Amino acid sequence: MHDKTLAELSAALHGKTISSVELTQHYLDRIKKYDNDINAFITVTEEHALKQAADADKAIASGKAGPLTGIPIAEKDIFCTQGIKTSCGSKMLDNFIAPYNATVSENFNQNGLVLLGKTNMDEFAMGSSNETSYYGPVKNPWDLARIPGGSSGGSAAAVAARLAPATTGTDTGGSIRQPAALTGITGLKPTYGRVSRYGMIAFASSLDQGGPMTQTAEDAAMLLQYMAGHDPKDSTSIDKEVPDYSATLNDNIQGLKIGLPEEYFQGGLDADVEKTVQAAIKTFESLGATMVSIKLPHTDLATSAYYVIAPAECSSNLARYDGIRFGHRCENPKDLEDLYKRSRSEGFGEEVKRRILIGTYALSSGYYDAYYIKAQRVRRLIRDDFKAAFQNVDVILTPVTPTPAFKLGEKTTDPISMYLSDIFTIATNLAGLPGISIPAGFSSSQLPIGVQLIGDLFAESKILNVAHQYQKVTDWHRQSPTQFNGGE
Amino acid sequence: MEWETVIGLEVHTQLATQSKIFSGASTHFGAEPNTQACTIDLGMPGVLPVLNAEAVKLAVKFGLSINAEVPSRSVFARKNYFYPDLPKGYQISQFELPIVSTGHLDIMLEDGSKKRIGVTRAHLEEDAGKSLHEELKGASCVDLNRAGTPLLEIVSEPDMRSIEEAIAYLKTLHQLVRYIGISDANMQEGSFRCDVNISLRPKGEEKLGTRAEIKNMNSFRFIERALAFEIDRQAEILENGGTVHQETRQYDADKDITRPMRSKEEAHDYRYFPDPDLLPVEVTKDFIENVRKSLPELPWEKRERFKKEYQLSDYDANFLATQIQTADYFEAAIKSAGGASPKIVANWVAGEVSAGLNKVEKDFTDCPVSADALGQLLARVADSTISNNIAKQVFEAMWKGEGSADEIIEKKGLKQITDTGAIESMVDEVIAANPQQLEQYRAGKDKLFGYFVGQVMKATKGKANPEQVNALLKKKLGN
Repeated sequence: MHDKTLAELSAALHGKTISSVELTQHYLDRIKKYDNDINAFITVTEEHALKQAADADKAIASGKAGPLTGIPIAEKDIFCTQGIKTSCGSKMLDNFIAPYNATVSENFNQNGLVLLGKTNMDEFAMGSSNETSYYGPVKNPWDLARIPGGSSGGSAAAVAARLAPATTGTDTGGSIRQPAALTGITGLKPTYGRVSRYGMIAFASSLDQGGPMTQTAEDAAMLLQYMAGHDPKDSTSIDKEVPDYSATLNDNIQGLKIGLPEEYFQGGLDADVEKTVQAAIKTFESLGATMVSIKLPHTDLATSAYYVIAPAECSSNLARYDGIRFGHRCENPKDLEDLYKRSRSEGFGEEVKRRILIGTYALSSGYYDAYYIKAQRVRRLIRDDFKAAFQNVDVILTPVTPTPAFKLGEKTTDPISMYLSDIFTIATNLAGLPGISIPAGFSSSQLPIGVQLIGDLFAESKILNVAHQYQKVTDWHRQSPTQFNGGE
Repeated sequence: MEWETVIGLEVHTQLATQSKIFSGASTHFGAEPNTQACTIDLGMPGVLPVLNAEAVKLAVKFGLSINAEVPSRSVFARKNYFYPDLPKGYQISQFELPIVSTGHLDIMLEDGSKKRIGVTRAHLEEDAGKSLHEELKGASCVDLNRAGTPLLEIVSEPDMRSIEEAIAYLKTLHQLVRYIGISDANMQEGSFRCDVNISLRPKGEEKLGTRAEIKNMNSFRFIERALAFEIDRQAEILENGGTVHQETRQYDADKDITRPMRSKEEAHDYRYFPDPDLLPVEVTKDFIENVRKSLPELPWEKRERFKKEYQLSDYDANFLATQIQTADYFEAAIKSAGGASPKIVANWVAGEVSAGLNKVEKDFTDCPVSADALGQLLARVADSTISNNIAKQVFEAMWKGEGSADEIIEKKGLKQITDTGAIESMVDEVIAANPQQLEQYRAGKDKLFGYFVGQVMKATKGKANPEQVNALLKKKLGN
């Protein structure tokens, strides 16, 4: 049952071969059984989930159910869920019970989805390995000595180990796509502004975007349907009609033009990754697509620009965690200054502090023009690169990560090398474009490897369609680590 | 040495919106602490601001009223600093691209001359909450009801050269924002407060001196006194060959001095950058034209019209145009005042009505005698039903709620005696009863004429038509 996709589970629920309570209990049992090893969850909302499931069963019985009514999912612990601890992976918010629902979570509630729990993540979504979480690292279900990627590592691992059929993630520089690739699942980062950011705890507001993490592109389309849309509570969400993402999955991709950016295939690419991407290219060619070599000349500037813009925004976004109104407050502060200093020193981890410092520096008077303004200019150049490329191609194909999952602790002392693990995903965020990571094979040591499809603005339907066509002729996405496959 | 004072002003005026600038919480003043602060005002994790369109409209309205340029695009920026009453750790304000750019305001000085003061810019921002240090011993409290209240910060050029000019500018601005209805500008409630930048330079020198900034004052009197103190302080430093420090000071009303704020409070690098949660504000030509249509006649326009249309003096026109309520009352009274001249109506509004309101501390909007009722009263003077003196008596009765002018005149029998025969016999009686005075009058003591008028009026309880009394007395006394 746990290997089934959302589409299959939906059919089972509506065909009444299983109830939502049974299905929910099934996943809760699996979480209990396996999550000690994986650490994908920060909070499991068992009671809440079973109640939601019972309500969903009533809705299904009375014929008032939508396609995903009764489907259990898990949410990254960055989405505010009313009455439920929302920690953002930080000690700072370890005591924070959200007093309201994020728009995404509210949409799920309205449509009868069942919340299994909140997934582990890098602290405030800052990290590429899930090692910055206050709640300890998440382990990669394919090799527990390895990282699952980050920052949505808990959400990725939960789907990979089949502890939830689908989860939500957020992606600021690759935080959905990179862990999806490293754990062998499908992860979609939508166009900036497609999914409301209201109630999604901010890391870098101009880059953050929520999206689905699922086994298949077909499932991603189903879940995105409930996430996308204009939200009057988020001024940066875009008022544009949401297409039926499932409706175009089976469009023929014969004649599709796929761009291969030269800059993404130059040196430094791991041999297994290279081989896997080349194999995926062959598969797409066999489906009738043609490859077009393209140039994205400012690619090498993306990481530098990102590590100015994202920390700058984060330094300001995280100023509200001051120990005054909510969150961690130090014991016996001497005075206001002491209260601020100790509450923040104790509440934030090293990586968060590092980025706050970088961002504060970049915005400081005398440095603002040299860093922030210049980074914004680079951002425009990168956007223009993609704009030009999409004049000639329908989608762009790239690797997702330079290597398969690395070992826990391997890069924690070397932030720069950690930052470079997002090198293929960052430009997409700077340009605001949608990107999807799909499983495309395994390394020689049986670690999953992904391929990224980047679409033009609001071309989610297109990349989902292309990904689905690929998944129709491959089965990488149906594989799961045998260690967690016992029982049923 | 002779010093020239240079003053520039930054005024924060609270915009009269129902809800906050970035949330739906109420802006009503005086609620229980923290009852008007929603998740957005509290800066909860994950919340986002949504701009209140009404605040934009009011800001644009202000821009148009000072002939300012309203750029098609303005941008919100974050001003980053830590303070307990600043929930997000930054204030959403505008920095490089404000909603209103350069304009000007003409002020009138006491000698009747006019001066044009440049307005550099006006920008939208959110107010902070309030820190309360008195309520609990050893602890501070934060009230976030005010957090997120929309403010328009209006920044002047350093164009003022005296305290008088600064106060005139502030009063003109205060009048304007109330006139165009963008703010109640209630100074006690902090809806209109001011930072002053002041420096001195040798007379004739072009280069500006080093300025001090005096923060957050909300009374014209305090501003006046703070400026007076600061001018003396800076002059003394400069006279003694010292240098004025650029610093932020605050005015202590109890001691009537300004003193530097702790340097920690001013040593900020605000790290402004465009707020990524808000889109740039696009203001279209149509929007601006619609706002322009909603602009009322401005105080200075009204003043000029009153002078021209009603032949009023500078003084009267100024008095009546100062507050829109007074002006509206005046013009409504004219409508029902029949033959009474606008000048007469103006005298009554500025005199009797205004004095009466001052006594009971009310304003023209809740005047016990409506403009229409006043007009009817003055119409009765104009058509000689009653004299001006009787009108004052009737007015008092109207004030007490005894009825309309006509009802009171009727009830109390105050109608003027205009029957020449009746007045003549009264005049004859008075002359006959005062032989001594008659003799003195005829001997040249002209002043006694008034005495006779008074006696006749007394005999008629004031109801005789004074013009007729005058004419008859003149005839009978033989001048």
